[in-house]
Amino acid sequence: MEELFAPGHRGCAGCGAAIAARLILKGAGKDIIAVSPTGCLEVISSPYPQSSWGVPWIHSLFENAAAVASGVEAALRALGREDEAKVLAIAGDGGTIDIGFGVLSGMLERGHDVTYICYDNEAYMNTGIQRSGSTPYGASTTTSPAGKISFGEDRPKKNAPAIAAAHGIPYVATASIAYPKDVIKKVKKAVEIEGPKYLQIHAPCCTGWGFDSSRTIEIGRLAVETALFPIYEMQNGKITSVKKIKRKPVEEYLKVQRRFRHLFEKEGGEEEIKKIQEIADGNAEQFGLDL
Amino acid sequence: MKIMEGSHAVAEAVKACRPHVISAYPITPQTHIVEEISRMVADGELACEYIRVESEHSAMSVCVGASATGARTYTATTSQGMALMHEVLFNAAGLRLPIVMTAVNRALSAPINIWDDQQDAISQRDTGWIQLHAEDSQEASDMIIQAYRIAEDHDVLLPVMIGMDGFILTHVYEPVELCPQEKVDEFLPLYEPTQYLTPKNPLTFGPIVDPSMYMEFRYMIHEAMGRAKKKIMNVASEFRDKFGRYYGGLIDTYEAEDAEVLILAMGSVIGTIKDAIDELRADGKKVGLVKVRCYRPFPAEAILEAAKDAKAIAVLDKNISLGHEGALYTDVKSVLYNKGPLALGFILGLGGRDITKSTIENIVAKAQKAIESGRVEEESEFVDLDQEVL
Ligand SMILES: Cc1ncc(C[n+]2csc(CCOP(=O)(O)OP(=O)(O)O)c2C)c(N)n1
Ligand SMILES: [Mg+2]
Repeated sequence: MEELFAPGHRGCAGCGAAIAARLILKGAGKDIIAVSPTGCLEVISSPYPQSSWGVPWIHSLFENAAAVASGVEAALRALGREDEAKVLAIAGDGGTIDIGFGVLSGMLERGHDVTYICYDNEAYMNTGIQRSGSTPYGASTTTSPAGKISFGEDRPKKNAPAIAAAHGIPYVATASIAYPKDVIKKVKKAVEIEGPKYLQIHAPCCTGWGFDSSRTIEIGRLAVETALFPIYEMQNGKITSVKKIKRKPVEEYLKVQRRFRHLFEKEGGEEEIKKIQEIADGNAEQFGLDL
Repeated sequence: MKIMEGSHAVAEAVKACRPHVISAYPITPQTHIVEEISRMVADGELACEYIRVESEHSAMSVCVGASATGARTYTATTSQGMALMHEVLFNAAGLRLPIVMTAVNRALSAPINIWDDQQDAISQRDTGWIQLHAEDSQEASDMIIQAYRIAEDHDVLLPVMIGMDGFILTHVYEPVELCPQEKVDEFLPLYEPTQYLTPKNPLTFGPIVDPSMYMEFRYMIHEAMGRAKKKIMNVASEFRDKFGRYYGGLIDTYEAEDAEVLILAMGSVIGTIKDAIDELRADGKKVGLVKVRCYRPFPAEAILEAAKDAKAIAVLDKNISLGHEGALYTDVKSVLYNKGPLALGFILGLGGRDITKSTIENIVAKAQKAIESGRVEEESEFVDLDQEVL
């Protein structure tokens, strides 16, 4: 399979977002136009006059990738060039789930033929690990730090795939870079479906989460195996596939990351870990994850 | 000649330019433009992708994506909507995308006010957009056709906004001559982008540029603004040759040659000023007008040339840089520094306050007083303030 995301980008060693971009392009192929908002991926991939992008790619602003992609798609149609390229947005969780969420909703609701892919590293990494709406419960970030009276992020992760699905779009899926073939397969499938598609790809960040750069894939797997990041597909509003797991306790995932370290060191941390286990249990039950 | 609403005259011109993608979000008093365009699309009169977005920020973002893909694009907004677009306006100019927008002019909140002034467009001054201002519906309509020629020129490649005073022009019915389609097609060839998004030539648009080169990109935009001046003048002349109508190049003048007092202004107030000048001239007063048609790039040379022999110039601002003075006044003074007539600044017409002939006459009287005394008493003043409200 062709490499369309060139090495030599400025990502950290072990960068999950770069792995996501590479896999996404493998799935989508070269006949695409890609749009990215401001964020780590944009910064690491486009240091002028160099570029990692082997496909036509545009970065405009932080919150408008879905609207720019809408414009690209509309232009292709208006110019009679719709067979020339599929339109993709590849965006961080902040650009997608927070500041660009209304914009994404507009794009999904209007029915544009765009595959919108959120690489989810669960915080604003580009600006220094601030919390986002996708930051999980209990994670310490620079704006939700664990402190004398705080256990880090005090709200659960926003359920963006469910909200995307509520728009009545034909395809919603989650995936993780820890399962590369699954990512490629889902992207390939998504671009072939007409209409708006939403994919959320879990992309661990060694710098932001605090783990050794050799462990990106391993950490990604643990998120899935503990049911903290369930992998599934929804077609026309119905769940059509689920990745079943032999479930591990959440501690195995939490204890290997600096962002959760306080849960094991601070008094009362056990209670918090219990709450996180409950979130995982809820996911397992909702999606029938357990083998 | 047809009697029609200003907004419809604009919509007709947009249609004649055959845009591929239009995206807009409704806001008073821009609504009649986008409603008329919607009707044209619904009736099959205008074949384009019309994207009904969820905000002005997205409307401009759709234009950015579409323009970068090689499409001719259009949008219209005003006031709060223009403010919401602010970030994207910088981006569109930096990406060198020839988007055309009607910038209907309206005051900004708070207090909320839906009536005309030019604070919204003036506040977009430094975004890198070429900014034209129309005097009447006919010009607002014709400027659309001119704007695409200017924006899409490969020596320019910058977005263009056309100021059009809210209600005063958008909602007023006036006789308008529409440009015949065949002639517009001859005047405005298809948009030929130099670079666009396509897998046939996978380019990277909008990369990050570090301190070693960022300034050079800003410089190149600035240079393009400079080149645009000549283009704007040429397009105005070519338009006259083709359609028989001319409104001036970067500026226009009226009774300015021997004028002792010049009034400088932009937009729909020009008509009132011309009427006032006719009356003042009948009384033997040597008064003339400089109409600023192009606000950015700023026509410094043309203004200096027009004003150099006058004794005083009164600058009318339907905007204010709060804590200082009107934006036009600052610009004009910078041009005249050490060279020209006395300059007086007047803030007026904010939030739709009427500007009447007697307002203009009072301003001229103040300018004459300054000429007599040889000095400007009050550099910048608010006109017609109601002391009871303060
Ligand atoms: C309007 C606006 N607000 C804030 C920023 C600053 N900013 C740039 S990237 C970013 C966070 C990006 O987070 P995310 O989308 O999750 O991508 P990541 O960097 O984590 O890959 C922020 C806050 C901006 N560029 N524009
Ligand atoms: Mg992120």
